[in-house]
Amino acid sequence: MTQSNSRASGATRDHLGRPIVAVTGIGLVTPLGIGVEESWAGLLAGRSGIRRITRFPTEHLKTTIAGQVDLPEEAGHGPLTSPGRVERMAALAAEEAIAGAGIGRKGAFPGPLFLGMPPVEVEWPQRLDLARGGVGAEGSKYPALIAAATGRTELFEGALFGGVGERLADRFGTRGAPIEITTACATGASAIQLGLEAIQRGEADAALCLGAEGSVQPEALIRFSLLSALSTRNEDPARASRPFEKTREGFVMSEGAAALVLESLESARARGATVLGLVLGAGERADSFHRTRSNPDGGAIIGAMRAAIADAGLEPGQIDYVNAHGTGTPENDKMETLGMRAVFGEGCPPISSNKSMIGHTLSAAGAIEAVFSLLTIRDQRLPPTINHETPDPAIPLDVVPNVARDARVQRVLSNSFGFGGQNVCLVLGAAA
Amino acid sequence: MTDQVWITGIGLVSSLGEGPEAHRAALAGGQPVVDEAGFAPFPIHPLPALDLDRQIPKKGDQRQMEPWQRLGTYAAGLAIDHAGARGLVSDMHLIVAAGGGERDTALDEAICAEIAALPPEEGARLLNERLAGGLRPTLFLAQLSNLLAGNISIVHGVTGSSRTFMGEESAAADAVRIAAARLTEGRAKGGAHIALVGGAYVAGRWDMLLLYAASGQLWRGPWAPVAARQAAGGGLVTGSAAAFLVLETESHARARGATGIARLGPVRTAAARRRGADSAEAAAAALAQGLPLRPGYAVISGATGAAVPTGAEAGFLAGLREAGPAQGPVRQTADLIGHAVEAAFPANLALGALAVQAGEAPQALVTGFGAWRGEALALMEAI
Repeated sequence: MTQSNSRASGATRDHLGRPIVAVTGIGLVTPLGIGVEESWAGLLAGRSGIRRITRFPTEHLKTTIAGQVDLPEEAGHGPLTSPGRVERMAALAAEEAIAGAGIGRKGAFPGPLFLGMPPVEVEWPQRLDLARGGVGAEGSKYPALIAAATGRTELFEGALFGGVGERLADRFGTRGAPIEITTACATGASAIQLGLEAIQRGEADAALCLGAEGSVQPEALIRFSLLSALSTRNEDPARASRPFEKTREGFVMSEGAAALVLESLESARARGATVLGLVLGAGERADSFHRTRSNPDGGAIIGAMRAAIADAGLEPGQIDYVNAHGTGTPENDKMETLGMRAVFGEGCPPISSNKSMIGHTLSAAGAIEAVFSLLTIRDQRLPPTINHETPDPAIPLDVVPNVARDARVQRVLSNSFGFGGQNVCLVLGAAA
Repeated sequence: MTDQVWITGIGLVSSLGEGPEAHRAALAGGQPVVDEAGFAPFPIHPLPALDLDRQIPKKGDQRQMEPWQRLGTYAAGLAIDHAGARGLVSDMHLIVAAGGGERDTALDEAICAEIAALPPEEGARLLNERLAGGLRPTLFLAQLSNLLAGNISIVHGVTGSSRTFMGEESAAADAVRIAAARLTEGRAKGGAHIALVGGAYVAGRWDMLLLYAASGQLWRGPWAPVAARQAAGGGLVTGSAAAFLVLETESHARARGATGIARLGPVRTAAARRRGADSAEAAAAALAQGLPLRPGYAVISGATGAAVPTGAEAGFLAGLREAGPAQGPVRQTADLIGHAVEAAFPANLALGALAVQAGEAPQALVTGFGAWRGEALALMEAI
């Protein structure tokens, strides 16, 4: 194909004449560990990061398990609220990625910030704290809460959507306005897509793309629980996340963060950076069917997968492995299988779900899984889908059951499908 | 040559009403609609009565949303209709600037009353029980930020892509900037030719007032115009509004015989740290470098009323006057529709587009100075 020829000859433009985009730095925070190598080693070993929730009491909850990241600064203190956790984990991942890329000067990253994160708000510990300041029967009403909150700028800046991005932009010295994005479970992939596009358009030579999630707290857990989306296999946490397996019943909430330093291949080469891999393409498609379910025809999922492959200038047969969305809900299993068969036909490449081990890191998932995809290419080793005990005859896919294995992998399709019908797929490739 | 971007559709709703005419009339000398009692001591600009069935025909869809998503979905439909683009929605790209959806404030208050005084462990257990029993599943979806875009896809069939930006005022400016950039990048194969971009804000919400009150920036007591608030330390009067714009490449609009309302010129954004020399005024001045301003350009001012950014904007506009060319009329739209946060910048773009279309000025410069962060400029020209 023209693209591989052009890359082999050292070209820095892709099949559409756009700058080729390289990944020169990666960072990870997952329930399997803080840092890329610890998380990746756990994943290849088929280790589960899911355990009983210890952060808060779980009485009256239908689901009492989750993937949790223990932050060093929380030891001996109360847990941080979600925006605090998001910011802290994003910062840890970004520090690792920037250090690895060796780009810019300290506190001066030479490009924009794209941050995939969940919506944040004033949370219960703060709300109750405000209510404790109120007096009498009206003391717990909103006007009283507001009176107690007035002028507490740390509360305001902590719960603003733009607050997390602003503080990260300040810390890492990224350029221009930070962009915070949410596309539900596709958020992390969307953040990478925005960075990819900015470099392709020539707006920037580099971009810092982050996906972070820190919503393991009572209200968020209960809300997902009320949608009947979560696994309730509480007695055996490590075996609760079972994507593509007959007895799966829902996803397991989790948290973490990933960071990718994207750069035009040209500027990466010019500064002699190590290229970890390429972001070859991205595709997206929205669904108009239902708020939490895909159109049964799979049109949007199939469209996003095909668009990403076409955007990369490839044919489906050139994809060696698929990093699944793989949440472990019956709905996702069904739709992702349908998508695989539609796009790849009889010859589906192997597909595995990182979420079988780390759970569903929601806003971080697309970014974490992009990093794992690059590591899959680096080590030529497919991470498994664990907890594969009873195959589902309706899922005729090679899900890399239970044990990692070696494989020749040059190009990976990474799927992310979100509530609200927001679907984003990325194609990641080996450095030329 | 690179394709230009036209605004071919406007969906605009505010306390003044809906549609271009209601807003043109108000700009020509109307009075704001203010509710000083409902959320006292904070005055707000309330939602107007909307005939939701016109844009959200299924009652089931309406029930799945709260006022914020309904308002945005409604205005998005107005924009699609205004552009005559109902037949183009399947490949239309969507970027929404979103805040958070409504909390169940009655449940919040009941839980606070019951458990605020309890010991922490006991309170935490009861919190679980009350939330598990009291939260409505549909409210979660109504609260999710990305579900405004999700509802626009479901109700109006917009499925080219769907992105939701967060980050208050500046999320909307960046949404417009990036939507326009995607249209003009010339991504030939299956590329974007038409996009829907905008945001919505409902001011009459205790949960949002709590957030903004914590900043200390909310105006209290009787309504006063932005300029009059400054001597008293400034302040925000938030306004219910939604604004969606259909953006389209000129060639695509011409090919389908669509009318352009205005040409969308440069859209530029910045995020000054607002400390030391890194001020909002300096950031905006840098954004204005090289803008092709012509004599008599109108300014649609995004001054919020909050003291620091409002002062910075005044300084910036004074500098622009000094540097020339001659500035035309300056309209502080927060005096008419209030500060509509994520909807503010798109609403001001809509008002600017209507002004140049009506021949009131050759160009309209729209400013955005976020209450906390974010500076933005956009220049619109008559077609």
